[in-house]
Amino acid sequence: MPVTVKTFASTSEAAAALSSDRSARYLGGGTLVMRALNEGDIAIATIVRAADGALTRIDASSTRVVIGAGVTFARILAERDLTFLHAPARSIGGPAVRNMGTVGGNLFASVPYGDFTVALLALDAVVSVHGGLGVRDVAIDEFLQTRERHVGALVLSVSCQRPASAEAFRYRKVARIKPKGGSVITLAAHLPSGGGRISGARIALGSMGPVPVRAKAAERALEGRSLDGGSINAAAAAVTEGTSPADNALASAWYRREIAGVHLRRLLSGQE
Amino acid sequence: MAKTALQFRHNGRDVAIFVDGGVNLLVALRELIGDMTPKFGCGQGGCGACSVLVDGELHLSCLTLAETVAGRSVETLDGLKEGPNLHPLQRAFADNFAAQCGYCTPGMLMAAKALLDHNPQPSRAEVVEAISGNICRCTGYEPIINAVLAAAAAPRARA
Repeated sequence: MPVTVKTFASTSEAAAALSSDRSARYLGGGTLVMRALNEGDIAIATIVRAADGALTRIDASSTRVVIGAGVTFARILAERDLTFLHAPARSIGGPAVRNMGTVGGNLFASVPYGDFTVALLALDAVVSVHGGLGVRDVAIDEFLQTRERHVGALVLSVSCQRPASAEAFRYRKVARIKPKGGSVITLAAHLPSGGGRISGARIALGSMGPVPVRAKAAERALEGRSLDGGSINAAAAAVTEGTSPADNALASAWYRREIAGVHLRRLLSGQE
Repeated sequence: MAKTALQFRHNGRDVAIFVDGGVNLLVALRELIGDMTPKFGCGQGGCGACSVLVDGELHLSCLTLAETVAGRSVETLDGLKEGPNLHPLQRAFADNFAAQCGYCTPGMLMAAKALLDHNPQPSRAEVVEAISGNICRCTGYEPIINAVLAAAAAPRARA
């Protein structure tokens, strides 16, 4: 069924169009919305686009990194100042998907996709959203828990603190097919430390619930401790607490629960 | 619903068509322009059979809104050969038995061209990565990888 395509010069015009029409969806790279249209999703009657250059801007010059929602994963991989995000970007799709898929769109990708968002969750990212009441910043935790409500809003950018070192941020995606494939489970860990003790640990999991979730019990197991065999085992034992994985064609919920601790242990131990 | 006029370069030639809102580039190429080389596989971005180059970048035409290529350059397998002469990549695919049923071949060739255009001397791992978004259910991939490496070693592969 034909849909109406509306292209706007500014993000504010696009946001207004989105918030005033329940059947409107924002088209970023197309990997979600065009797929839905190809599958005959009649809930989409209007496609909204914005040609605003701000959506494709990257500001990685300071410790706070800001990435426009329209930035593709190929751009992330080409950006030397974003090496800490290269592993999650590289784990998504093949080259064509990385040329098209965007950081903003990934926030809305459902299981078994949305791996980049898992990394952003571990990095305590903030999502800048332009809704009906204007622009506001939303913690990614809150954004994910209320994701359906943001379908009618325009994501402008995501921002996060750059990890202090390469060791402080770790990412691992488990897939049946390498290098391309949906996630069996995705893990990201941000482990800031001072004086050899972890402070402010963040562990995020993908495919362990309807949206990426934090493994808060595992975070608590690491807090204030050094990263050693004891703390790693404690975190691995607690990693599934509060998660609700589902069965799908890639793995059962039982299997995901079984392997989550194994892969967290490998991630924290620095094993390949 | 009114159709939208769309102009772009298709294999070096300017084309103008009218598209319905929401039509993807694959449909526009096959049904409105008559270029049947990009194939419909999954419509989900999972198989790569519809791969084309947009301004030199590999894209999935089934997930590309046709209107977004206005004023841009779209290359498909149809534009690869030069008259009766096969492109070195096509020649290498034939020489290395890299096509069996052939359905994935147009997408594979465009993914390989995107690679060689940017990286003329790829390693085997880079070839594997470059075609990782393209599914082949016949060859087991090895002949395709060998063909891309052979094409890279041959002159004019990046023409």
